[in-house]
Amino acid sequence: MPDNKTAFKVVNHRVNKLDSLGLACGTAEFADDWNPPRMLVGKLLYSPHAHARIKKIDTSAAERVPGVSAVLTHKNTPRIRHTTAGQGFPEPSPYDSLIFDDKMRFVGDRVAAVAAETSEAAQEALSKIKVDYEVLPAVFDILDAAKDGAPVIHDEADSKNIPDAKHNICAAYALDIKDHEWYSTADAVIEQTYKTQYAQHCALEPHTVIAYFDADGRIVLRSSTQVPFHVRRIVAQSLGMEVKRIRVIKPRIGGGFGSKQEVFLDQACAALLLAAKRPVKMELSRREVFVSSRTRHPAVIHLKTGVKKDGKITDLDLAITLGNGAYGAHALTVMMCSGSHTMPLYQAQNNKFTGRTVYTNLPVAGAYRGYGATQGFFALESQMDMMAEAIGMDPVEFRLKNYIKQGQGSPIFKAMGEGREGVEQVMQSCGLERCIEEGLKASGWREKRELYKKQAGAKRRGIGCACLMQGSGIPEVDMASATIKMNEDGSFNLLIGAADLGTGSDTVLAQIAAEVLGVRHGDVLVYSSDTDLTPFDVGAYASSTTFISGNAVRKAAENVKTMILSVAAKILNEKPENMRLEGGRVVAASGISCPLSEVANTSLYYHDQHQIIASASHTATTSPPPFSAHFAEVEVDTETGAVAVLNYVAAVECGTAINPALAEGQNDGAVLNGLSFALTEELEFNAAGAAKNASFRGYKIFGAYDTPPIKTILLSTYEPAGPFGAKSVSEIGINGPQPALANAIYHAVGVRLTEPPFTPDKVLAAIRAKR
Amino acid sequence: MTAVRRTAKAISLTAENGIFRIEVAVNGVRGSWRVGAEDTLLSALRANGWKGVKRGCDTGECGSCTVLVDGTPELACLKLAVSAHGREITTIEGLGSPAEPHPLQEAFVEAGAVQCGFCIPGMILVSKALLDKNPEPSETQIRHALDGNLCRCTGYVKQVEAVRLAAGKIKNREVRRAGQ
Repeated sequence: MPDNKTAFKVVNHRVNKLDSLGLACGTAEFADDWNPPRMLVGKLLYSPHAHARIKKIDTSAAERVPGVSAVLTHKNTPRIRHTTAGQGFPEPSPYDSLIFDDKMRFVGDRVAAVAAETSEAAQEALSKIKVDYEVLPAVFDILDAAKDGAPVIHDEADSKNIPDAKHNICAAYALDIKDHEWYSTADAVIEQTYKTQYAQHCALEPHTVIAYFDADGRIVLRSSTQVPFHVRRIVAQSLGMEVKRIRVIKPRIGGGFGSKQEVFLDQACAALLLAAKRPVKMELSRREVFVSSRTRHPAVIHLKTGVKKDGKITDLDLAITLGNGAYGAHALTVMMCSGSHTMPLYQAQNNKFTGRTVYTNLPVAGAYRGYGATQGFFALESQMDMMAEAIGMDPVEFRLKNYIKQGQGSPIFKAMGEGREGVEQVMQSCGLERCIEEGLKASGWREKRELYKKQAGAKRRGIGCACLMQGSGIPEVDMASATIKMNEDGSFNLLIGAADLGTGSDTVLAQIAAEVLGVRHGDVLVYSSDTDLTPFDVGAYASSTTFISGNAVRKAAENVKTMILSVAAKILNEKPENMRLEGGRVVAASGISCPLSEVANTSLYYHDQHQIIASASHTATTSPPPFSAHFAEVEVDTETGAVAVLNYVAAVECGTAINPALAEGQNDGAVLNGLSFALTEELEFNAAGAAKNASFRGYKIFGAYDTPPIKTILLSTYEPAGPFGAKSVSEIGINGPQPALANAIYHAVGVRLTEPPFTPDKVLAAIRAKR
Repeated sequence: MTAVRRTAKAISLTAENGIFRIEVAVNGVRGSWRVGAEDTLLSALRANGWKGVKRGCDTGECGSCTVLVDGTPELACLKLAVSAHGREITTIEGLGSPAEPHPLQEAFVEAGAVQCGFCIPGMILVSKALLDKNPEPSETQIRHALDGNLCRCTGYVKQVEAVRLAAGKIKNREVRRAGQ
């Protein structure tokens, strides 16, 4: 497809998000905004111990509480090990989870569930469940967990795909691609350990699922999920039933960021439905979301790099240990992405990656926007500044010397996939240099870099940068499909499995269909994410929807276009190759035309009657990375340690932005999430492993007033493998703030912070240690 | 905030089997509700079909449940339903509908300020209260007003733009009305 961006009619335009008016008027329905009649409330009982075995559990008193319809424990639910990670089948995560287990592995692990008429009755029943625990020694530190003699968290015989359960290792991988003897040509060798923290997604809508029987007794799950098809499969698997007994509907979703890629509530709710034989709603409280949904994997990263005086990176050795908490959701793949989505950014001569993910007796980690790349980039981009300083080079110039350019590849792409070998990739589009240029200008980098060299007083300013990449879907794994059918008035129904969780994918996919079909995006009626009515899609994760689902929609629309032209050929007596779709009409080169409604009516009612309808699927052979350059300006109060962000510029290129307004919104949100991840966010635990700050009061995410000026600069390139040249944009922005702020703080006060969040106490301690 | 504190209306309610009967007007619709002593206004509103009021935390920390009580933004999850007796409540459904949206609802759409949309009803209602008092707020005043309404999807950039845009729309509308 040629790069005829200027000719786009719908794509690359800032059209209004299709569902936004309903959302702004309160008429759009989230999972809990529609309830079936006679619905019960489902509630969970959680373990007070970090590691314990249930010796005895007595639910008889709970069952006698008036209004209680069902009480479930490990004793009356199927014991089928599965993973809660909503990934493609077979999932590359260990099968180590049960709906209810007889062993508790963290404070907040679930013991039992109750379905009752009211929330009060359910709570009362939970309080009457008697559990006799054998408390076991627990381990919380991710490095201690892998040592000999540490408590073994998964000692059960029936779990599968745990590489080294005795050492609590739920994933491990090593790679060594050597061009020459390690560090033999380096002029400077730098070694540093970094530690990133536990964090939670904080989607504003808590996880919610409503389970009910349809008229024929099939299970319907109305779920706040990013992965409706994986929910259907994993619920069927964990309950030992056929997929055909389950229908999953994803209504409007109040954000996910990865936390709703996890299938942990749906199977419990379906089990309650089966037991109570009444509709059941389960809606997590905010505290439950913090503790018992999913979190970001905390990590310890050791980075050793060699660099030559001329700026060439000779050696790059990244060793990472990630903590998965009690269960191994996304254990392998997050770890792989911490290398595969970071190391290819720079063309190092020697590349080494050693990764492992370990169990601990803390809350469960899972998918979270950035997916390992966030942790990896904090280390890599901090160290890029250290290397530049070691050889006396400007950090931007140093990055420009080493970054992957159009036409270049990396051995990492081929070696490191997600759960299997990766794919060879050569960059077909890379706009990083332009991102850097524009970001330098907008941030005033050059002047400020000089200006802030000479400062006096308690408050010191600094400016720092970070460069980033991500991927666009999982190549040769992710699959998406789309169906388009035509209506009498020349409008179209677009049926897609893709899951819009607030990202705007319904709108973006409608724009792609409208572009091909020559109509306005409002002429494309989107229905998405219903396993009975829409074709398969892996769901919303891995920055895949625009790139992979978008290609499926484009292909389906091309197929529909062919059918339209074939009908129009008879109406207009023209050859299909001489006609095009434009402005809701079929237009022939000769100038004659007919409206799409005439084509539709002809096909439905008059001649050679048939429904104009087509489907298409797409898998990708590459995962073209978007690129981004971030610039952060800070003011550090050397007396209090407080860090204020004065200005933040994030220049990003995502190929063609299908909807620039939505792309900007994605980037703004990712950057803001990254900023509070850098400055305030950390889920903390007491000595017994219980979360200390599981609320918005204790766990600070930024409000409008705290938020510094954020400027997103959207730059376009053209990615030949993407629909109309598009790549992904949703995740990349979260990777920048931690390293950009660490580098800015270093520029301001000369201290290198390696353990976010950069709270005043840590900054002050570092400043004092330096004096 | 320059809100005028209303003196509490004398409320005399008696419970029957722990259930109170309260009189409320929601979006201009007068109704009589049966509520428990511990029911929150959030639960009561949602139970009575006003689903535009969202539950994000239940502890007064996220702002998703914001409604206007006699024109003043309040967190419905922290208010007891009985305290709404005799009050006028405005939820997002009371501002406008997809067929006839309020300028704020239009502006949030046009500015691209709605992503997942879960926090948006609360944000729009807070913005309504702001613009009622201060038709031309500065960026700082807008950010201050929105500060209690958490959003995880956006960077608040387009929402601040949306409030500005809405202020202009409302002013134009008034100018047009005055000209008629």
